[in-house]
Amino acid sequence: MDKVIIANNLSLSYSSNETIINQADFSVSSGSFVFITGASGSGKSTLLKSIYGALKPEQGSLIVGGVELKGVSTSKLNFLRRHIGIVFQDYKLVKEWTIEKNIMLPLIINGYDKNVTQNQVDTLLKHVRLKHQAGKYPLELSGGEQQRVAMARALSHNPILILADEPTGNLDDYSSQLIWNLLEGANSQLKTTVIVVTHHIPETLNVDYKHFHIEYGRINEVN
Amino acid sequence: MKSIKNHLSLVIALLSILFSMQIFIIVDRSIEAYKENLASNYSVVIVSQKNLSDTTLLEVNTMISEVEELSPDNVIKRLNTGMDSKNIEFLKLTLPKFYKLNLEHYPTPEEIIDLKKDLLKNKFITKVEDFAHTHDTTYKLLLLFKGVVTVFALSIFIVTTLLIFKELRIWQFKHSERMSIMGLFGAPVWLRSAVLFRLSMVDAIVSSALAFLLFTYIASSQWILEQFDYIGISVVLFDPVSDFIMLLGVAITLSILLASLIVLGHKEEV
Ligand SMILES: Nc1ncnc2c1ncn2[C@@H]1O[C@H](COP(=O)(O)OP(=O)(O)OP(=O)(O)O)[C@@H](O)[C@H]1O
Ligand SMILES: [Mg+2]
Repeated sequence: MDKVIIANNLSLSYSSNETIINQADFSVSSGSFVFITGASGSGKSTLLKSIYGALKPEQGSLIVGGVELKGVSTSKLNFLRRHIGIVFQDYKLVKEWTIEKNIMLPLIINGYDKNVTQNQVDTLLKHVRLKHQAGKYPLELSGGEQQRVAMARALSHNPILILADEPTGNLDDYSSQLIWNLLEGANSQLKTTVIVVTHHIPETLNVDYKHFHIEYGRINEVN
Repeated sequence: MKSIKNHLSLVIALLSILFSMQIFIIVDRSIEAYKENLASNYSVVIVSQKNLSDTTLLEVNTMISEVEELSPDNVIKRLNTGMDSKNIEFLKLTLPKFYKLNLEHYPTPEEIIDLKKDLLKNKFITKVEDFAHTHDTTYKLLLLFKGVVTVFALSIFIVTTLLIFKELRIWQFKHSERMSIMGLFGAPVWLRSAVLFRLSMVDAIVSSALAFLLFTYIASSQWILEQFDYIGISVVLFDPVSDFIMLLGVAITLSILLASLIVLGHKEEV
């Protein structure tokens, strides 16, 4: 099976005196569903940052979508990022844009047709139950609502890879289920590879998944 | 409301730069007009033993624009106490010739010295009256005025530059978040900064339009026109075409420079 991510002897750090991820080897198959768990501060978000190329490998190699991220050029990285959908732990919504425009962002960047864009955004707003909030600005929404906007944005351009950093961290059971359904749907219907950082793996999931646990800078697969 | 506030700070900074620039231009034009005024009133008088042709005198120095022979009739009239016409004709021949030289522009003191030297090289010219003392005082006054205006314009320029740089910091802060987020979804640099460039273009156009209105008003103000009349010069205060194009050009250049500095200074956070 094709690999979307191949990490070899991968080390990550923000400064030379502290290594967050230490010589990790792992791979993620195309179309798979992956959970990443670990204590707070263990390096889960850091690992995701390296996958979308915001943090370059300190050592070893990291290949995402066939692109070696060590020393990757800006244009190649941009190209790769246009095919990834990210739900950030802190959402990272554009404050001066409406919810609708925020969700459109990846579609605009990918140069989608205006009609396609509008249809897609309408569908997603319905899916995350935010149709009535479309014209509002991020700071006028609750934390959980912002999180659902971030989810909709990550899905909007049908990416080949979704990275979601605690996408249900701020949600009640009902809204959490909504998110899991969306991620499951993308994975099973569109064959999107999904990587989710979470503290609780939902029990109701209908897909096979892989589970990595990060501890002391090591990434271990849990069976 | 929020969007107006977004624009206001840069528009004001740009407008104050445009304003001080146009004022400096007006002062510069006034000084030039005043100098021309002085030049037309200023002339050098020379005394020669012999008739000198216009062309000979014009060739002495390129500054000389016009030669006028001063008629000796006035002098002779005063001497004329019953001389017959034959003697008068003879006297006319022996009297030295007087010429008034008009100059192309208002000369500097050094130019006057050079001119005098050049004129005296001609062995027939015995005396050059350059009215140097009066000239010197006027010229120094003019230099002083120009100096004061330059210092004034320079200080305005420094203050507005500081203002712009403060603005730049605020802008950098305001736009960097959106630019980072767009970058995380793979937007190329031109797309990330498109909003910024569009905003600064709009602000440049708005501020030059405001400057246009302001100076059109000033240029038609009766009171201001009277002041210039009083000094005795006429100056184009604001040319709605060439001055506007220049102001627009400066505003656009500045705001694009500003936006480019922000884009170049933008770093992706980790
Ligand atoms: N931008 C940064 N600069 C320097 N150090 C950082 C930065 N971001 C994170 N760290 C450090 O890296 C370590 C791992 O952080 P990370 O955000 O990956 O943890 P996490 O597993 O996502 O935790 P949480 O579950 O709380 O989100 C932490 O010790 C943190 O202090
Ligand atoms: Mg985290």
